[in-house]
Amino acid sequence: MKNQSAFLSRLGSGIGSFTKKNVPLMILIFLMILFSFMSENFLTSRNIITLIRQVSFTGISAVGLMFVMISGGIDLSIGSQIVFTNVLLAIMMVDWKIPPGLAIPLILVVGTGLGTINGFLCIKLKIHPLIITLGTSAIFKGFGYIINRSRNIMGFPDSFRWFGQGYIWGIPVPIIVMVVVALIGSFILTRTYFGRKIFALGGNEEAARLAGVNVNKMKVYLFMICGFISAITAVLLLSRVFAGQTITGQGTEFDCLTAALLGGVSFKGGEGTVFGLITGIIIIGVLNNAMQLASFPDFSQTVVKGSVLLIAVAFDVYQKNRKAKETVAKVAA
Amino acid sequence: MDAKIVLSLEKVTKKYPGVLALNNISIDFLEGEVHALLGENGAGKSTLIKAVAGAIDVDAGIIKINGQEYHEMTPSLSRSLGIEVIYQEFNLVPTLSCSENIMMGESVGSSIFFNSKLVDAKASEVLKQFAVAIDPKKLVQELSIAEQQIVEIAKAVSKNIKILIMDEPSAPLSVAEVEIMFDIIKQLKQKGVTIIYISHRLEEVFRISDRVSVMRDGCYVTTKNTKDTNRQELIKLMVGRELKESYPGRKNPPGDIALEVKNLTGNGDKNISFVVRKGEILGISGLVGAGRTELAMLLFGAEPIQKGEILLNGQPVIIKSPLDAIKYKIGLLTEDRKGQGLFLEMSIKWNISFPIAGRISKYGIVNTKKEDEIARKYKERINIKTPSLLQQVINLSGGNQQKVVLAKSLAAESDILIFDEPTRGIDVGAKQEIYQLMTDLADNGIAILMISSDMEELLGMSDRIIVLCEGKLAGEVKKDQFEQHYILDLASGTH
Repeated sequence: MKNQSAFLSRLGSGIGSFTKKNVPLMILIFLMILFSFMSENFLTSRNIITLIRQVSFTGISAVGLMFVMISGGIDLSIGSQIVFTNVLLAIMMVDWKIPPGLAIPLILVVGTGLGTINGFLCIKLKIHPLIITLGTSAIFKGFGYIINRSRNIMGFPDSFRWFGQGYIWGIPVPIIVMVVVALIGSFILTRTYFGRKIFALGGNEEAARLAGVNVNKMKVYLFMICGFISAITAVLLLSRVFAGQTITGQGTEFDCLTAALLGGVSFKGGEGTVFGLITGIIIIGVLNNAMQLASFPDFSQTVVKGSVLLIAVAFDVYQKNRKAKETVAKVAA
Repeated sequence: MDAKIVLSLEKVTKKYPGVLALNNISIDFLEGEVHALLGENGAGKSTLIKAVAGAIDVDAGIIKINGQEYHEMTPSLSRSLGIEVIYQEFNLVPTLSCSENIMMGESVGSSIFFNSKLVDAKASEVLKQFAVAIDPKKLVQELSIAEQQIVEIAKAVSKNIKILIMDEPSAPLSVAEVEIMFDIIKQLKQKGVTIIYISHRLEEVFRISDRVSVMRDGCYVTTKNTKDTNRQELIKLMVGRELKESYPGRKNPPGDIALEVKNLTGNGDKNISFVVRKGEILGISGLVGAGRTELAMLLFGAEPIQKGEILLNGQPVIIKSPLDAIKYKIGLLTEDRKGQGLFLEMSIKWNISFPIAGRISKYGIVNTKKEDEIARKYKERINIKTPSLLQQVINLSGGNQQKVVLAKSLAAESDILIFDEPTRGIDVGAKQEIYQLMTDLADNGIAILMISSDMEELLGMSDRIIVLCEGKLAGEVKKDQFEQHYILDLASGTH
């Protein structure tokens, strides 16, 4: 009897600490239970797959953003990078008749190039990436509009359909790509020396420099990674929509940022896990999906999304303060 | 003594999760006395100050000020009673001028418009009390750390204070500047201000204080009249055991020249030349701003060298970045541990292994097994007190944090180590351990450069001392010439 109660209390405290460490996951589970009561269509495997596919594009880009964020930076130009690369890829395949097998690698190079521009501007101008990428965001998007010339570019080869619309073992390709990108991202962050340097940069840039990290080179590399990954998203989105439009991808950075903050990636840098990020992504997916099922008007959805971003920021700050308080307590003691 | 009791703590207790930071503390402070508060890191001194300043709520006990009992103290109440605290971290706004900082929170002249002339005039009146020339119009960020400290004191003094609490005020100051501060303290004392003085430097406590109270592990130990006690007794009271603050003897004499610097210029330093031998501890002395840390940064490649040559084992080398320095097996333990040395939110293991993570990686993947081994090895070798290597560094005491910095440099297997203020803000016990480690390193043939403002430590540890003054080499002092006044003369450029 006594053993049993001891076991139960241990189990209780175990669950308690697990819950405390995995707040985003708890929020997700809570939302899923809530919505499954509100709509019987919610918790069906078909709806769940649709839901995840909807956010998989954002999810892929968010991994790139996370790399930059952990290093203490930010990239607000993700959406515009997608706009530009998406339109350019459409032009390559339709206007220039470049086969997908060649056009896709080329557009990945272009995407990486956009990231390189961001990186170089950051280290040369020495201004916070928030401002730099806000500027390049307008520029990239502008060029997207210019080369698009208000057209709806269509007429891709049928083989290109697979990336955004195909399935592997019944699972949509974008979801598979998201999982692969997430796994590789997680491996790089947690197991490699490069990953260590990213955390070092976000944790304490000066200490990283004095520990022999080439800070500027790292910053450029991270923006390049972010650009590369955004180009992957652009490929998948173009294949999904199957028409080159400037609307595709706009505002992606908003959802990425919200997901990252919800998932515990710190705005200050030095902290974040891929698991948390993906949880954040799915929370956004669940909210989107539930609002659609409940046929919320579009404008109200925007209000909800903005609120979620602010709640996520508040949560980030709250976590920081709680940690700081605990630390102060420990140090003072 | 029948001086009036201005501040008295009665059975003050403060609990933090897991620890009793203040355990039933009762201390009286008298009017116009300098009352030193001693204790190792973690003894509860900082918590005590915060309780008096109202920065934290106490769980039990009474704070009595001028006979009036207060069960709850708030920052504004504490201030209105004339209590000011100068914390270790400055509370100045770097982008505002000295006078604006000094007069902050005071309404000067009109209540709507800011009268900068009047503010400047009032501030310079305050500054005039101190025998230093600081332009009140200068921005705080343009001041040296020592000048900032003076502004911080001026800010406190400008209010009508009864009690001034100073937490490690001498830590960032050079010897000459400490003297200025002592003068200020004496003036305040004459005005009847009570000063609570916290310092790890015992010689200061003996010079300046009237009484001294010792704390240990959150408990009050005792209060003594300073003139009735001595160094050994205080150390014993602080540590709770007999501990000699002494400098360990060396076994091996210095060997061949490890590092030679010729006419090094850059980062504010001009034409500096010296040599360090293997197994030698070379002390680097000088006032704050003399260019000591700047020299360390030059040698480590963190700042560009304009002119001059660096020779390692007789071979000229070019060091352009910290990465180059690390490649040439030079290690730097920075003065500012938290700002430049550590990744506070990361684990101990992560911090120790970070600089060598590249070396123990294959195809870029870190060998975590090796990482564990190395972290454990150095944790044991230098006795970092922690239940787990996964503990975040931010949760360690100052002494243990410094040990992590040391472990990091040792793991990198450096041949030349530059220590910048190795024992600043570290308690007596940990200091002793750091000295022993440095001595062991030297005995094993490592060349050590030690920058220090603690004269006693400099004289006790070094085999030779070079003195810098205003970015230039002012002189070199051999062991048989070691004498405090001689070095001070060189440092202040009067020789």
